[in-house]
Amino acid sequence: MIRINCPYCGERDHSEFSYGGDATINYPSLDASEKEWTEAIFFRKNIKGFQFETWHHSNGCRMWLVVERSTVTHEIKSVKPCHPDLQKVVENNK
Amino acid sequence: MKTRRIDNYGKINRDKILSFRWDKKDYKGFEGDTLASALLANNIGIVGRSFKYHRPRGIFSSGVEESGALVTIGSKDRRDPNVRATTQELYNGLEASGQNAFPNVNFDLAGINNYLGRFFAAGFYYKTFMGIPPLEWGRGTAIWMFFEKFIRKAAGMGSASELPDPDSYEHAHDFCDLIVVGSGPAGVAAAIEAAEKKLDVILVEQDSLVGGDQLAENNFDNSQIKNQLGNLGIKIMTRTTAFGLYDNCVVGLLERVTDHISAPNVNIPRQRFWTIRAKHIIVGAGAIERHIAFNNNDIPGVMTVNASKHYLNRYGVLTGKRIVIATNNDSVYETAHQLSEAGANVTVLDSRTNFEIETNKSFEIRKGYVPYNINGSKKIDSLDISKSETINKSETINCDQVLLSGGWSPAVHLLSHRGVKPKWDYNNACFLPSDTKENITMVGSSRGLWNKNDCIASGIAGTIDALNRLGISKTNYFFPKPGGWKNPIQPLYEVKNKKSRSKSFVDYQHDVTTDDVRLAHREGFISVEHLKRYTTLGMANDQGKMGNIIGLSLMADLLNKEIPEVGTTVFRPPYTPVSIGALSGRNVGKHFRPLRVTPMHQWNIDHGAKMIEVGLYQRPWYYPKKNETLSDSYIREASTVRKTVGICDVTSLGKIAIQGPDSTEFLNRIYSNDFSNLQVGKARYGIMLRDDGIVMDDGTSWRLAENEYFMTTSTGEAAKVMSWLEELLQTRWTDLNVNVTSVSEQWAGVSVAGPKSREVLNNCVDDSLVVTNNNLPFMGVTSTLLKGNIPCRIARISFSGELAFEVYVKSDFANTMMDLLWENTKKYEGCLYGLEALGALRVEKGHVTVAELDGRVTIDDAGLSKMASTKKSYIGSAMRKRGVLKNKDREILVGFFPTNLKETFNAGTIVCEKNNIKGQGIGRITSVTYSPELGHWIGLGFVKGGLDKWKDTNLVGADPVRNKQMNLKVVSPHMIDPKGERMYA
Repeated sequence: MIRINCPYCGERDHSEFSYGGDATINYPSLDASEKEWTEAIFFRKNIKGFQFETWHHSNGCRMWLVVERSTVTHEIKSVKPCHPDLQKVVENNK
Repeated sequence: MKTRRIDNYGKINRDKILSFRWDKKDYKGFEGDTLASALLANNIGIVGRSFKYHRPRGIFSSGVEESGALVTIGSKDRRDPNVRATTQELYNGLEASGQNAFPNVNFDLAGINNYLGRFFAAGFYYKTFMGIPPLEWGRGTAIWMFFEKFIRKAAGMGSASELPDPDSYEHAHDFCDLIVVGSGPAGVAAAIEAAEKKLDVILVEQDSLVGGDQLAENNFDNSQIKNQLGNLGIKIMTRTTAFGLYDNCVVGLLERVTDHISAPNVNIPRQRFWTIRAKHIIVGAGAIERHIAFNNNDIPGVMTVNASKHYLNRYGVLTGKRIVIATNNDSVYETAHQLSEAGANVTVLDSRTNFEIETNKSFEIRKGYVPYNINGSKKIDSLDISKSETINKSETINCDQVLLSGGWSPAVHLLSHRGVKPKWDYNNACFLPSDTKENITMVGSSRGLWNKNDCIASGIAGTIDALNRLGISKTNYFFPKPGGWKNPIQPLYEVKNKKSRSKSFVDYQHDVTTDDVRLAHREGFISVEHLKRYTTLGMANDQGKMGNIIGLSLMADLLNKEIPEVGTTVFRPPYTPVSIGALSGRNVGKHFRPLRVTPMHQWNIDHGAKMIEVGLYQRPWYYPKKNETLSDSYIREASTVRKTVGICDVTSLGKIAIQGPDSTEFLNRIYSNDFSNLQVGKARYGIMLRDDGIVMDDGTSWRLAENEYFMTTSTGEAAKVMSWLEELLQTRWTDLNVNVTSVSEQWAGVSVAGPKSREVLNNCVDDSLVVTNNNLPFMGVTSTLLKGNIPCRIARISFSGELAFEVYVKSDFANTMMDLLWENTKKYEGCLYGLEALGALRVEKGHVTVAELDGRVTIDDAGLSKMASTKKSYIGSAMRKRGVLKNKDREILVGFFPTNLKETFNAGTIVCEKNNIKGQGIGRITSVTYSPELGHWIGLGFVKGGLDKWKDTNLVGADPVRNKQMNLKVVSPHMIDPKGERMYA
């Protein structure tokens, strides 16, 4: 069981969350070309080690999170909100 | 039959006699017995038949590693197969029977298999039945598929009950600082040390009693330990197995709550499945004694040495009179001493020649001797022995029991679950746990410590390790070195017999012999993982706890390698079997998934609704009158809607409040059609695409105010759409000032449809002017009051093609709204209609639902190209134009009529060209209904090239599953009122 430390709710089982995907994608603008969108949607690195990924606390506070997780050991190094404004709130409350 | 129970031994309660049944005969035992100890006490030697050869099998151990005494407990709906008799506590009225035998374990007709052994070697079935030459040379497995069921039956163990499980099971959760697995000296020392350092501790013990291997000591009393643990506030969980370790210090436990009780309270679960989240785990799971492979080493009467010590000192059962102990290590001598003291004639064969051991000389020690062959079939008559230096039968000893100790294997299983590979220790001839970065510490004999004092020291060291790792302390500590015997162990795994067909068992439970391992080697299955799968070594429900190391050593020998070079297979959870019932817990039957009901659920049922599940929701399916069938009912309901009016609960639609200054911009980006100019008081149908240009969902959004929208989604996609909107706002468009809130539960919705729907609403609203055509035109939205001062939202939206409205009130007013609408609907001879009629109406009109929008369909495929704005960019706008989605022969939405209008067809029918009825055809039918309006069956679906290509062609509908075929013609999906004159009325 992966345990994820939600900045709002505290440490919870991964079963409360839904996996999103690669958190490092810079989605192109809506009017970008098909090629740019293809790159963003279909091409993924297969990382061995730590990667940034999004998780949705779907059975909790509904926050989307960036989780830095090892694909080898499931160790989690950091968890923070995706939204920059929420990141600031978390930082300020530390 | 004489009892083997002896006086003044054991910790059983001799005042409490328990009756039990074994193979349809009555026996007696005592409170504190296991089924195995009670059977042994009653002199029952044969308790089962082996897997392949149907050889008589007895009791090999006294614990979870048991690979012989697998029995069936209970009967009828409580029949539980493959239970280890060694861990099943005896209770009054227990009913048990032997397995894999006919008519019984003492006389089993299939025992003939023993003499056909050459046909049952590893891989026999597959070689024989798969691709039989010349019938199936090099192709196919049809013959195997045919024979498999017979083979499985012949080579089985117990059979499970096919009746529903009458017991209940529970899932439970707990948290702690430290969980200690095992209550032997090491585990108890660790728990006490931790509790004294103020840690919150759970101590788990699979046995019914705390104490671990000390329970086999003749003067051991666990009451003092229990008191001490209790006083320190340690939570002790007995009859509880830690079956698996998972990420982040999560431990899975199975607690057997009532398996030891004769008539358990039905309100108590039989078993509890625990998920424990700890900060640190200490494993003191002990070690398991191995046997030795030699000819006929499976005859009933063979047992591990430690097991006989347990039976003697814990259960007061002397397992033999003339006992031969065969060993390669020091661990057996205390037992030999105690057995002879208890009255047995004991001889120890020690494979080592040069060693010193202190004894009281009450038994004979034969240095440099090993067991060679057991004589006897259903019981041991005598043992042939051999000198260990040159293997050959040298003499025969009369005996009734052979106890084996081939060394000890630390129980590293739980650590292995975490992917930590054990390392081979040459000195102790066993695998030892490796270190791990995770917060898991191995203590006691599961880290290869054979002395009690070392075990206690390791327990304390383990807790200091835990405290250090948790940042509570910074104390130096050390673990005692593995080992602890005075004389080194001498590796001894197999005594090789010269006979061509010896039966030297490596894995008792799966009948894997040393010859099978050699066969695997000859045929190239030399990797341990291949060896395991080819011979099924270690794949029975004991998971090779006793035999695996022997198999590995044989393979190492054959390869001229050392054991660590051969490697070991990975142990995976569960450590011991976990019942399916415990895994499913309470999530069975109606509780399998959560159930969602609308606020007017009871109202619907009270008004005669038959319900159907849609996703998690219970929705009205149809409202039969008197003897109406489903089709009578929906046809009447749909006709009534077209003729006058009907009302239908549509609450299950997803509802999302979208608020904030950038709401319009947000909707304009997520919907494919234009939302930039939607006026306040208007609704619009919209389609959302995924990033990759495929349709995600459709629904309507109502502009309630400048910065507020009310969005509806389809029932099944509501949660997905909500998550999607949140993702976009929190990860991609973080500059947009928009708030989304799920309000699906807050609003109850009803569709009022039909030419008389305006009249009905007119009677229901406070101000009848609000629903006139001028004030509420098609796609108009209003917030107003129903009679009785009930605030509501009304939108003029049609899914049926008729003049229709959707009315929403706060959920608390759902029943009041239904009463009001129904009362007025009846005035126009209207009806209540359910999902079936709703489906019929929308198919007639050509509206798509999730049956069509199945995640493979583009907006163009669905015939909704007009909904794709060319004036703006939106999610999916770039990708929906990618090459493959623009292919000319994509399947396009069309309507279907049967050529012969009297014919019917079903959803799932494959559409083919005439004379080319094969494969996936040229299209498919997704939704089918009888059309009351048209008077025949109609369908919606897809066909390559769409209506334009096939307009006047006769096509064939192939339905091979139902063995049907019919002629079809393709029509426009808008099968009634294509211009929408009714909706706009």
